[in-house]
Amino acid sequence: MRLKLVPKNTSWDFFSRSKLWIGISIVLVVLSLLSFFIQSLNFGIDFRGGTSIRTESSEPIDVADYRSALSSLDLGDITISEVFDPNFADDQNVAMIRIQAQPGQEAATSTLVENSLQKLREVSEDIKFVSVESVGPKVSGELIKTAIIAVILAISAVLFYIWIRFEWQFAVGAISALIHDVILTIGIFSALQIKFDLAIIAAILTIVGYSLNDTVVVFDRVRENLRKFKKRSLVEVMNLSINETMSRTVMTSVTTLLALISLFILGGDVIRGFVFAMIWGVVVGTYSSIFIASAILLWTGVKRDWSKPNAEAGTQVPQ
Amino acid sequence: MLQIALWKRLVIWFLCIGGLLLALPNAFYSRVESFNDAKLTSETAEGWPSFLPSSLVNLGLDLRGGAHLLAEVQVADVYEQRMAALWPEVRDLLRNERAKVGTIRLQKGEPNELKIKLSKPEAINDAVKLVETLAKPVSSIGSVGKLDLEVIGENSDLIVRLSEAERRATDDRTMQQALEIIRRRIDEVGTREPTIQRQGTERILIQVPGIGSASELKQLIGTTAQLTFQPVIAARVNSDSIAGSGEELLPSLENPSEFYLLDAGAVVTGEELVDAQPSFDQNGRPAVNFRFNPSGARKFGDYTAENIGNPFAIVLDNEVISAPTIQSHIPGGSGIITGSFTIEESTELAVLLRAGALPAGLLFLEERTIGPELGADSIRAGKIACVVAFGAVLIFMAASYGLFGLFANVALLLNVGLIFGLLSGIGATLTLPGIAGIVLTIGMAVDANVLIFERIREELVSAKGPARAIELGYEKAMSAILDANVTTFIAAVILFVMGSGPVRGFSITLGLGIITSVFTAIFVTRLLVVMWFERRRPKTIEV
Repeated sequence: MRLKLVPKNTSWDFFSRSKLWIGISIVLVVLSLLSFFIQSLNFGIDFRGGTSIRTESSEPIDVADYRSALSSLDLGDITISEVFDPNFADDQNVAMIRIQAQPGQEAATSTLVENSLQKLREVSEDIKFVSVESVGPKVSGELIKTAIIAVILAISAVLFYIWIRFEWQFAVGAISALIHDVILTIGIFSALQIKFDLAIIAAILTIVGYSLNDTVVVFDRVRENLRKFKKRSLVEVMNLSINETMSRTVMTSVTTLLALISLFILGGDVIRGFVFAMIWGVVVGTYSSIFIASAILLWTGVKRDWSKPNAEAGTQVPQ
Repeated sequence: MLQIALWKRLVIWFLCIGGLLLALPNAFYSRVESFNDAKLTSETAEGWPSFLPSSLVNLGLDLRGGAHLLAEVQVADVYEQRMAALWPEVRDLLRNERAKVGTIRLQKGEPNELKIKLSKPEAINDAVKLVETLAKPVSSIGSVGKLDLEVIGENSDLIVRLSEAERRATDDRTMQQALEIIRRRIDEVGTREPTIQRQGTERILIQVPGIGSASELKQLIGTTAQLTFQPVIAARVNSDSIAGSGEELLPSLENPSEFYLLDAGAVVTGEELVDAQPSFDQNGRPAVNFRFNPSGARKFGDYTAENIGNPFAIVLDNEVISAPTIQSHIPGGSGIITGSFTIEESTELAVLLRAGALPAGLLFLEERTIGPELGADSIRAGKIACVVAFGAVLIFMAASYGLFGLFANVALLLNVGLIFGLLSGIGATLTLPGIAGIVLTIGMAVDANVLIFERIREELVSAKGPARAIELGYEKAMSAILDANVTTFIAAVILFVMGSGPVRGFSITLGLGIITSVFTAIFVTRLLVVMWFERRRPKTIEV
């Protein structure tokens, strides 16, 4: 007996409710943007500058004690949070401390780190710093710029590729789905205030790749079926194509999610945010390639007969 | 139908076996690592067969622990030094022509230029011509025929600065020198595989695995270990003495409340040192012996001959180490630095001097320290996650596609082997996001196979016989596989170009993963399916 996640021959109608799906997506996009503009993102030091210290101690952590210990150093804005992870040993208590960029300085001086360690020793004797990362405002500014350029470049490059391999309508559909995915990912990071650092940009670019992967597979089938069934309406052909590729879409999403979820649970807290972004991206990307990319392709319409020259070009009256 | 030429089969197997052989050393990481270390120091290394490949995947700092620094070289420092050194020459030249240009006075101006006031403004053009004779051609490719100085007359002010071409040439030299000096200092400590790279025009990336912290690394590099020998104008003054133009006020190393007023133009700098050794002075106190190169020796000799009885200062990092009085002409170009050093301090100072001074200051823009425990934890967690992800995907594929699923699983295992093989082959670095990239690849690698298998299923429905269905399945799935993977690959390439550090590590595993997964899906599983089909010749197949 084979495991079948999708019945053998499906003929679900994906477009009867397409207005509803598009509506839901628009609402989510607007909510994401609102959240982004109202509470912004919880930028990590990569983008904001500052120092991030990971501490480890055998004694339980009291965030308030840590804070009062550090307050005498007059370091400005400090965020302290305890980290929990199933991989930690019983006496392994981990906290992340983030200190804002000090005015007039690039990377943190050794004295800042030294002083903080001394102050924290008063609270928790065996505390040690397992990692210290410090990024100056100069570099963090550049990192933001490079990250935005990278995302825009990636999107334009694939836009161009799809335009060449398919038709411009396909490119518009795919890119809308892509932008939708990127905005929703930024939205959830803003809404839940998960730390947004360089690795998340890598995750977003992977989502870009994955979401396209999915969209392209559906579009490839649409292109093939458009040639095969010249008489059927576009809606029919698209429904058929999505149904035909449904099994593959679900299989690939499930295997990828299986791998990602095991990484999410077991891979440690350092990359949890990164993996979360990817899981979210796979789910949203799968959804968007079916409900967004295809719906937009349906709306923009597509040239049916691929073998003959453009019909419009022939009807033009010479001046 | 369903035929693969023998040579193609051989190539496919050859690539697989080659890739796995390259990956093999990583399975015995610590053994091969100690083997490689032993090979570096002696010919007789044991523990690993020498006919097997022995290159390993480099572990990134986030996995191994160590320190990372991004430093910006303050290239403009050099302009300032050049101008300070030029001043005596300009001064002497103009003084000799006093009748024509009148008296001169050095004004406070931008640090990277000399601003000289003439008492006869009408002679400014003559003065410009005079000073221009000091300019030499720029010695770098691409600026042939250009001069190194730019001399401008503004009313009664004469402004001398480095020309644009010379500044570019100087920047380049400064960077190369800084890189070389940093490399030598890190090598003196003998750590394993440090990365010292130039980034952009003015930055240097330094990564040293295994070092305790970034501040330790900074100390090692020495923010500015600049050694100069400067004439003393006034010794033992207090901190509120005012330094005129061309002079500077520096504290004493032994007694920070004691200051020296020095001529800013150095007689000789540490760049002209050829050797420095820890030693002892005649009273048995720790000291450092040094020797200059011929040009340094000449300058030092001339100066000491002319200034017997005057004090001169040995300055390290803007602190006066000592200011001995010149007893006699010192012709040989060697000398001794004494101060109240401990033996450790004199040894350290000798090392610093020997490695040479950094030509300009460093500003640290980014620093990261990752403890080895954290790296070890990440590797452990990554391994467990990989194994579980693997198991889940293998079971899922077998349950969904039966025998074909097993073929895909063989390809998947091979795939991860090949990724490691390629990573070691090209000497890439594995980072924590890189491990995530591998796990993601495990999930996505099956995609190409899934596309093919689903297609075969569909083609089976049209009932053209299993052989034809398999052939059509591969044929028709190809365009989707190609388009889907090219788009992801584009994202990986952009990440590689724009990203840095861990992100770049991720893009490498993702990109390699795409290549190997396409290879294993369209060549390896196909070969497996064809071989199985040839042996069994089934009338019907179930995918």
